[in-house]
Amino acid sequence: MAAGTFAEAGADLELVGITKRFPGFTAIEDLDLTIPAGSFFALLGPSGCGKTTTLRLVAGLEQPTAGRILIGGKDVTNVKPFKRPVNTVFQSYALFPHMTVLENVAFGLRRRRIGDPLGKAHEALRLVELDHLASRKPQQLSGGQQQRVALARAVVNRPALLLLDEPLGALDLKLRRQMQLELKTIQNEVGLTFLHVTHDQEEAMTMADTVAVMNRGEIEQMGAPEELYELPKTAFVANFLGQSNLFTGTVTSSSGATIVVEVAGVKLEVPKERAQRHAGEVTIGVRPEKLLLHTTAPKKAAGLNILGPGRVTDVSFSGVSTQYQVVIPGVGPVSVFAQNMVFGPVVNEGAEVWVTWTVDHGFGLLDEPEPGPKFASDTDTRTIAVQTRDELLAEIEEA
Amino acid sequence: MTRFSLGKWLLPLYSALALIFLLVPIVYTFVFSFNASVKSNIVWVGFTWDNWLNVCADASVCGAFGTSILVGVTATVAATALGTLMALALSRYKFRARSAVSLLLFLPMATPEIVLGAGLAAQFLSAGVPKGFVTIVIAHTLFCLSFVVVTVKARVASLDPALEEAGRDLYGSSAQVFWRITFPLLLPGITAAALLSFALSFDDFIITRFNNGAVTTFPVYVYTAAARGVPAEANVIASAVFLLAIILVVVSQTTQAARRKRLAKLS
Amino acid sequence: MAFAAFGSSAAPVEQAPRKKSWIAWVLLAPGLAYLALFFLTPFVSLILTSLQAPVEFGDVGQYQTAFKIENYATVIEQYWPHFLRAFGYALVATFFALVISYPLAYFIGVTARKWPLLQALMLTLVIAPFFISFLLRTLAWKQLMSDDTPLVHALKALSILPPDGHLTGTAFSVIFGLTYNFIPFMTLPIYTNLERLDTRYLEAGADLYAKPSTTFWKVTVPLSMPGIVSGTLLTFIPASGDFINASSTFLGSAQTQMVGNAIEANFLNLLNYPAASAMSVILMALILVIVGIYVKRSGTEDLL
Repeated sequence: MAAGTFAEAGADLELVGITKRFPGFTAIEDLDLTIPAGSFFALLGPSGCGKTTTLRLVAGLEQPTAGRILIGGKDVTNVKPFKRPVNTVFQSYALFPHMTVLENVAFGLRRRRIGDPLGKAHEALRLVELDHLASRKPQQLSGGQQQRVALARAVVNRPALLLLDEPLGALDLKLRRQMQLELKTIQNEVGLTFLHVTHDQEEAMTMADTVAVMNRGEIEQMGAPEELYELPKTAFVANFLGQSNLFTGTVTSSSGATIVVEVAGVKLEVPKERAQRHAGEVTIGVRPEKLLLHTTAPKKAAGLNILGPGRVTDVSFSGVSTQYQVVIPGVGPVSVFAQNMVFGPVVNEGAEVWVTWTVDHGFGLLDEPEPGPKFASDTDTRTIAVQTRDELLAEIEEA
Repeated sequence: MTRFSLGKWLLPLYSALALIFLLVPIVYTFVFSFNASVKSNIVWVGFTWDNWLNVCADASVCGAFGTSILVGVTATVAATALGTLMALALSRYKFRARSAVSLLLFLPMATPEIVLGAGLAAQFLSAGVPKGFVTIVIAHTLFCLSFVVVTVKARVASLDPALEEAGRDLYGSSAQVFWRITFPLLLPGITAAALLSFALSFDDFIITRFNNGAVTTFPVYVYTAAARGVPAEANVIASAVFLLAIILVVVSQTTQAARRKRLAKLS
Repeated sequence: MAFAAFGSSAAPVEQAPRKKSWIAWVLLAPGLAYLALFFLTPFVSLILTSLQAPVEFGDVGQYQTAFKIENYATVIEQYWPHFLRAFGYALVATFFALVISYPLAYFIGVTARKWPLLQALMLTLVIAPFFISFLLRTLAWKQLMSDDTPLVHALKALSILPPDGHLTGTAFSVIFGLTYNFIPFMTLPIYTNLERLDTRYLEAGADLYAKPSTTFWKVTVPLSMPGIVSGTLLTFIPASGDFINASSTFLGSAQTQMVGNAIEANFLNLLNYPAASAMSVILMALILVIVGIYVKRSGTEDLL
């Protein structure tokens, strides 16, 4: 970026065939990614999935082993970090401890010889409502305040691309909400391109227009948050973004608008346009909150999938909803979230129940089904204990 | 990150040169301990093992060396005992004048050795105390004391007070808690302080010069001999002490590294 | 190393110290008594001695209690060049020691972090000079720089040194010796500081458009200031009172005598105790003033 001028607007970011190897392991393998200008993009994944490395590559703090990085169409792969139109809000904030808050914020402006650095720094501090603390040293501020200073220090430079490295990780729930809102507001006001890296699915979904779920150095799925949640394509996405009940079976027919999958002798239907594969062994799934519990055998009906009878093995109350674990013979444990419409649980532990869901709510994954019985959906220790005990009992009986 | 080093090769090269610079006189001293010199050890005559095999041929070198060891051990014991108690008091108790005591301990480190030496000498002079072994030990204990306090204090500060609280919670009396928990944990710091004290005492010349009277320590011997030429035996003793110290450091560091490796494997 | 602790004492972890202050006094008593007897009273002795007057018709070295403040005027008049040289040489030596030590400490503390073995090895080499008599090391330099060595011949051949010039016995050799002898004292505190330097600050600097050199001057140097201050103090203070390097038997000559040499000669050879004491008092006072101003200006008061 030329000295003395701000970026006009956010720029798009393009990663082409990026590979990053560290001695001993590969962090990112052949990654292609395009982030359109002005968007709020979240890279979501568990720790060690390569998301922070991606961010550091974009910032120029690491060099890719192969591939190119383009910002606003310009190749910056070999551009030094201090010459890239990019700013980072570091996970640790990295506020210079020997400078005041104001000097921290003015640091980047001074380096680029932009006129009136202190005035602009004050303005940025007003944006995050911390101007009254401008003369303090960073270590005299609370975690949340430091976070806002770090944000101001990055935003004040009007970078074409703002990188956020889990900046909300250390904050408590209330502050997080406040900061999320603040980030969104700033993004709307300033119109920068945001690249946000996080392991918190809720944070990613509430803030980003586009979320890319990353796993083992690759992007598993990318799209709008609702789309990812509604139609996960892989078991990893289905379980990392919320919870899912997954079933594996063979497609027995695929005539009409749905495919029919036989799971443990039960025929389950999934709409064709919601299933990635229409033949062979497939894994299908449904979100726990889409399931309904019945204490009597429900009537078979068109457009309804029924599993059961099974036994309730765990009931946990979480305020808004109650989570039930139901073990269905041959199928395994199934989680059900039920809204707390009445006082107390609808069914108790040990009760015999059936679960149903509307065919339209199911989804079919792209994954090849993994060997082994089922995708264990978020099993609780209790269920595992029960299962192990059953297995042991079976063994004893056999002997 | 290499990006932040001052040029990719410049910095390692510069550092290597600086280290070589530091080592030049050490190597020189070591090499000249094998010189077949007769009286003064200035010009290279030829290689010989004689100096190493007959170190004590010149009894005065060995005598001075023995005195230095004796002074070093005595001063180290005294300074470590006094300093450890002070460090404990400073870091574990609250009392008025704490900062005044800290300042009092800092001052000897901020005083040039020559002022310490001249001050003590003036004191002994006016009190009519004859200078000798005792006055050397007194002087050495003085300048070691502050270093002991600083070293041990750093160790106490790194101790989690919850460990002692846990000891008391588990029915330990004050004395038991100190001897079974605090002291073993402080021991590495105390050892480091003692080794440092010994090294400082062993190599001290300036303060000793003002308070030795007729007693000759190893540095005093070298200083006196310097005018007419230091015999190669002095180089032998210095080199031997150097090698011993380096071996100690290397052994302790490799065992530490090995222990860390084992711990890493376990976890 | 305690040289490092000198610097790190800036930020002691304050652990809620316990109440019972009488125990503290019991623990402190022996040490305080020692310091009172052998550190504080010697200062008083020094001041008293500095005011003494010779015993009339007495022997050399016989003095009596007096209030001869002229002693100070006399030593200043006679020895001001020694004071000037002491502080001048110490200042230049401190500067060169810093220039040599900082990059070395940076390399060991920051660059070599990835290789702990290299780090340990280099650190051992830095402290290696402590293990060998510093008098012998200084003598080694004297012999390496003496008139008949290849080094001197080479310098003469290159006309850097005039044909009748010497390396030893000059201000150059004295400063050289002081610099050499105090490099470890400079390197260790800076290393201890840089070793804890959070490189994320350097990344933040690069992220905020600072060139590596700007990051170095604006971030690294200010953050390592406590290490620099302790290193320079650990070098400057002993260097200004040194009398080994400047003595004629080592690297100096009659023209390079520092105040340390004057104190030594007066106390031990001329038995002029009042003069030696007066110079010691002046030296101490000047150092306290210089150190006070320096610490204040560098903004690291909490070091004391």
